[in-house]
Amino acid sequence: MSADLSDLYQQVILDHNRRPRNRGKLPTANRSAHGDNPSCGDQCDVFLRLDGDRIAEISFDGSGCAISQASASLMTTQLKGKTAAEAEKLYADFHEIVANGKEPEEISDLAAFAGVHAFPARIKCATLSWHAALNALHGEPVAATTESHTD
Amino acid sequence: MSAIPTSWERIREEFPILDQQVNGHPLVYLDNAATTQRPRSVVAELDRFYARDNSNVHRGLHALSMRATDAYEGARARLTRFIGAAAAEEVIFTRGTTESINLVAASFGGANLRRGDVILLTEMEHHSNLVPWQMIAQRTGATLRYVPVTGDEGLLDLSDIDRLLTPEVKIFAFTHVSNTLGTVNPAADLCARARRVGAVSVVDAAQSIGHMPVDVGAIGCDFMAFSGHKMAGPTGIGVLYGRRALLDAMPPWQGGGGMISAVDFFESRWKPSPERFEAGTPNFGDAAALGTACDFLDALGRERVREHDGALAREAYERLAELPGIRLLGPAGERGGLVSFAFKDVHAHDVVTFADEDGIALRGGHHCNQPLMKKLGLASTVRASFYVYNERREIDALVASMRRTLRFFAG
Ligand SMILES: Cc1ncc(COP(=O)(O)O)c(C=O)c1O
Repeated sequence: MSADLSDLYQQVILDHNRRPRNRGKLPTANRSAHGDNPSCGDQCDVFLRLDGDRIAEISFDGSGCAISQASASLMTTQLKGKTAAEAEKLYADFHEIVANGKEPEEISDLAAFAGVHAFPARIKCATLSWHAALNALHGEPVAATTESHTD
Repeated sequence: MSAIPTSWERIREEFPILDQQVNGHPLVYLDNAATTQRPRSVVAELDRFYARDNSNVHRGLHALSMRATDAYEGARARLTRFIGAAAAEEVIFTRGTTESINLVAASFGGANLRRGDVILLTEMEHHSNLVPWQMIAQRTGATLRYVPVTGDEGLLDLSDIDRLLTPEVKIFAFTHVSNTLGTVNPAADLCARARRVGAVSVVDAAQSIGHMPVDVGAIGCDFMAFSGHKMAGPTGIGVLYGRRALLDAMPPWQGGGGMISAVDFFESRWKPSPERFEAGTPNFGDAAALGTACDFLDALGRERVREHDGALAREAYERLAELPGIRLLGPAGERGGLVSFAFKDVHAHDVVTFADEDGIALRGGHHCNQPLMKKLGLASTVRASFYVYNERREIDALVASMRRTLRFFAG
């Protein structure tokens, strides 16, 4: 397998794809948002229970490639317990990782997504769930679509 | 201008693009349903046209303009023969299938549809044979009905056709060959049924025109749409075939130069077809080369193209069926030159990414067929589609790549 492809499909990603964390509807959610990639058909719903400004609980549901499923799963583990501002900051870091391959300053599982930047067509797979999560966080009624966001 | 007779034995030499390495492997191009490759003769005709004859058509009196007009109208005559149309006036050059269908929908549909009328489609239509009808239905108050698809075997379910195809149906538009299922629909039978209730038939021939003999007389359709780039021809050029009597009664759909017989400050009169429907400078360079693509396919023999592509697709279907966790779509028997499938545990985009690493070009996604995918409970499939230059060893490569991908994701 080529270096690029093994960078893309890192163990962490395969693991989250095989055993997604926090998958399914969250019965206690008080916020949710839907995201889709019209060009490839990927779908993702993100459910949040906000406790004040803090994400007390989070889950996702949806279908898509290994990158999108692993990204959604890993995201839920990263965002749980974070404030809105912290979530924004995490997404900014994550975006640097997937779009530019920039390693994060602190050790983080998110670094597993650095290989995505060599596959520009897959960046939107990795960011879809994050768009949905941020929309849910901001209580935006619209569905997230990565095609109208700049990746 | 006409192609050197092409032999099947040396066919890959006609397609220099195939002779390259992708990710360290010989290219295996199996994305022909999206677009085919073009043979040397088609590329040479483009080159020859622009190097020798290029000039605007119809309006000029000088030598180059007359040569360009001859090339353009010669291509129209070639396409007329290619599809068995009664006259060149029935062949309108468009940008492709999508534009052709939009033209029929806007012009014929706009002039003829009323509230209470029905447009009958099938559940296997490409978005380009669906969205234009939704748009004109909204404008006119007509409604849509669908002929259902049977399920994974992907046939049209005609058991209820008499209740669907009623006299309220003014237009019956359907695909000849499904780009997602590979199903070959009984086009002549469907057109005859449409005729019996007074409906006009529109055949989307995008996936059949380059792969089998297609004759508008034998099919008995009123309109037919197809694209050059799916039949070894250039991009940006396609055809709308229409029966003369219908075209003559249709209003133009775009206004501009070339389509009027007289223009006043306040009104204009239209030329007859085909000019009426070709406002502005047409795509004559690509039209000329599309004529060459017709020569190429006829030299090969379209019946043999059908046998060749169909045999590869059937063999691929049978060999892929042995893979664990695979779900194959479309009929097991006769099919067009493609197979479409999904794995239980590996998403189509991951499959396509792995295949690309093996030098294999596949397509993964909903194939512009979202309503059908939803009905089948699928988000996406992998599609391998074949053309005249594909070989059996490429099925070996495809199956080996699928096995490798499945092993990897099984962990
Ligand atoms: C069945 C079918 N119809 C219509 C189209 C649209 O063709 P084009 O994009 O060339 O207009 C396609 C191509 O993808 C197709 O497969």
